[in-house]
Amino acid sequence: MNFAFSEEQDQLRDAVRKFLEAKSPETEVRRLMETTEGYDPAVWSQMANELGLQSLHIPEAYGGQGFSWVELGIVLEEQGRALLCAPYFSTVVLAANAILNAGTEDQKAALLPGIASGETIATLAFTEPNGKWDASGITLEATPSGDGATLSGTKMFVLDGHIANLVVVAARAAGTSGTDGISFYTVDGDAAGLTRTALATMDQTRKQAKLEFNGVQGQLLGTAGAGWDALSKTLDQASVGLCNEMVGGSQYVLDESVQYAKDRVQFGRPIGSFQAIKHKCADMLLETESAKSAAYYAAWAAAEDNDELPVVASLAKAYCSDAYFHSAAENIQIHGGIGFTWEHDAHLYFKRAKSSEILFGDATYHRELLAQRIGI
Amino acid sequence: MDFRDTPDEAAFRDEVRTWLTEHFVGEFRELAGRGDPSDEDNYDLRIAWERVLGADRWVGMSWPVEYGGRALDFSQQVIFNEEYARADAPPRASFFGEGLFSPTLLAYGREDQKRRFLPKIQSVEEMWCQGYSEPNAGSDLSNVSTRAELDGDEWVVNGQKVWTTMAHRAQWCFAVVRTDPESVGHKGLSYLLIPMDQPGIEVRPLKQMTGTAEFNEVFFDDARTAKENVVGDVGEGWKVAMATLGFERGTAFLSQQLAFQNEVAALIDVARENGASTNATIRQELADSYIGVQVMKFNGMRMLTDLVKKGVIGPSSSIGKLYWSNWHRTLGERAMHVLGADATLIAGDPGKDYALDEFHRIFMVSRSETIYAGASEIQRNIIGERVLGLPREPR
Ligand SMILES: Cc1cc2nc3c(=O)[nH]c(=O)nc-3n(C[C@H](O)[C@H](O)[C@H](O)COP(=O)(O)OP(=O)(O)OC[C@H]3O[C@@H](n4cnc5c(N)ncnc54)[C@H](O)[C@@H]3O)c2cc1C
Repeated sequence: MNFAFSEEQDQLRDAVRKFLEAKSPETEVRRLMETTEGYDPAVWSQMANELGLQSLHIPEAYGGQGFSWVELGIVLEEQGRALLCAPYFSTVVLAANAILNAGTEDQKAALLPGIASGETIATLAFTEPNGKWDASGITLEATPSGDGATLSGTKMFVLDGHIANLVVVAARAAGTSGTDGISFYTVDGDAAGLTRTALATMDQTRKQAKLEFNGVQGQLLGTAGAGWDALSKTLDQASVGLCNEMVGGSQYVLDESVQYAKDRVQFGRPIGSFQAIKHKCADMLLETESAKSAAYYAAWAAAEDNDELPVVASLAKAYCSDAYFHSAAENIQIHGGIGFTWEHDAHLYFKRAKSSEILFGDATYHRELLAQRIGI
Repeated sequence: MDFRDTPDEAAFRDEVRTWLTEHFVGEFRELAGRGDPSDEDNYDLRIAWERVLGADRWVGMSWPVEYGGRALDFSQQVIFNEEYARADAPPRASFFGEGLFSPTLLAYGREDQKRRFLPKIQSVEEMWCQGYSEPNAGSDLSNVSTRAELDGDEWVVNGQKVWTTMAHRAQWCFAVVRTDPESVGHKGLSYLLIPMDQPGIEVRPLKQMTGTAEFNEVFFDDARTAKENVVGDVGEGWKVAMATLGFERGTAFLSQQLAFQNEVAALIDVARENGASTNATIRQELADSYIGVQVMKFNGMRMLTDLVKKGVIGPSSSIGKLYWSNWHRTLGERAMHVLGADATLIAGDPGKDYALDEFHRIFMVSRSETIYAGASEIQRNIIGERVLGLPREPR
């Protein structure tokens, strides 16, 4: 048993942190979050060309570097810490894994190299206006036509859906329900009949879009009707990825709180000497460290792709969601009035924590899912 | 990062499993899944079981071979404890001697002291109790006023300890006493070993909220112990006492989550049987307790890896103590939700004994766990000040 990162993994973390400190400081986060696109194409290319981040865990056979989920987790953690504004999660975590899980050899060979090189921005469109994270939420209809199907319906909350050149869509065959009859299709971002609308997001650092499909021709990805297992696995992996992103943010707000508690003086003493504040920080540390243990373990389970993944993914998503939101909320309280301002970054993390908590199902949702998965 | 056993670890796990299958049998099975170290049910049977463990050096398994140990490293100890919990074998009555005193003695004791005391701990012939707390020295342990003065070859001890768990079963007490009468605070204290069976010591049981009396008041009235029975230097007892607390908060609890996992599984079984598991709120609570104990396990593995690398746990052990004690308390409360109306009844006969089943025991005993070995508030202070570097309170 060994629960530590290797030296190479620590080096990867250092390199990513340095890169993000230079390319994604708070000023850049604030500049990009005000734009509709929500990312800087130059930085996106540098991520691919200088650090190879988009290709990290994609197998070498498809133009990637073949690293594991543990390395991907490290990159996501650093992005969460820096609040990087980029379509990384949508492209590398959601779309790439949906393709890896569902696609045929030929499809993987055709689609993944573009993602790995940073040329393709991709996303997974599965949620709909009903806001459900499970199979029952998928109602967008696929009517067989040619090599694929004609797609009609609406997808909502699609991460970076307005800028993706490749959209992986989860759709349902007419007359099916539940986990039956679900298939994946790929669609170009500018496909005929597809209307994309950027949405106003509470968390401005992560963009979403509404995608209206009006008889859009989609290419079948994988096997018709057998998409649920691949989608379910993709969602578990995405939860794990998001957990690693969340612990990066949680550590950041903890550091910020502790520093402020040392610096800010009231009643003639640093506020961190008051137990009411000190104990909040202690709880934030406990929860952040515990969330890391869960997120790292989950990344390992994803890397191993073992039977534990579904349980561990729900477990980690429930724990990390609560932990990050709690830390981000306490960070505001510990800062007092300044923590409530637009100017201070506490609200950026607070909003990111809330949106991350809800994405792929909140803690309540995952506790219930876990209960089912462990047979309660 | 790899959570599988190495080939060596797997071989060791096999050895332990085989040993337990062969030895945890017969009447010892009555002890399966029993309570905590101070649970006195079947005490004699427990001692008999622990002697079987001791005879094969599973008591003192971490000690150097020269003192009768197996020199097991931390990961082997955890593997042993995992298998021990998997076999549902009971927590140890000899916890105070083996778990708290022996590592302290190995770190700070003299050669002759190790030779004198370790064998009797291993053979489970001498039981120990922890004489720290006093009426005016609880969280503020440095305020102890029990004093010891040298009289020729002997220390003469006067004063009072309180909340001394299993003092009525112990042959020896490791105590923090004031040897410099002029001193205040953590200076002038010594770590003294005192034999319990003597006229100068009176042990009075204190009945707990559980209805049983596992802790006691201990009165010292010219009690005596030999001059050489000090661990570490005279006047340097604080450092030694803190080392014991480190073991109590740290390594001793690394494996505890395994027994906790069994408790969660048992509670889930009850919920399935009595139908509580169909209630959405109870499902949330059970899932949350399950998550909590798994996260505790992951934390434990991270801490263990750290420990193997650095050799010490340090103040971050406070995180573990704070975590498990709160988690367990919540589990106890949730067990009552699961039991529903049955939670209002206990096992004993009306008007006679106040006998608790396992879940009521957890419900009650867990209230003490956020108090002993450093109350949660104290742990948060330690985390805040020693881990995060926040300023101390003005004193
Ligand atoms: C079941 C049980 C078994 C025990 N076994 C033993 C044993 O074998 N040997 C032994 O020596 N002792 C034992 N103890 C005693 C235990 O160590 C003490 O109870 C503990 O140290 C707390 O001390 P106290 O009870 O005097 O409470 P106090 O120290 O008076 O604390 C009362 C409350 O005040 C809070 N408090 C105190 N100081 C601070 C502070 N600076 N900041 C914030 N809050 C503070 C505490 O957290 C607590 O909530 C046992 C206790 C229990 C419950």
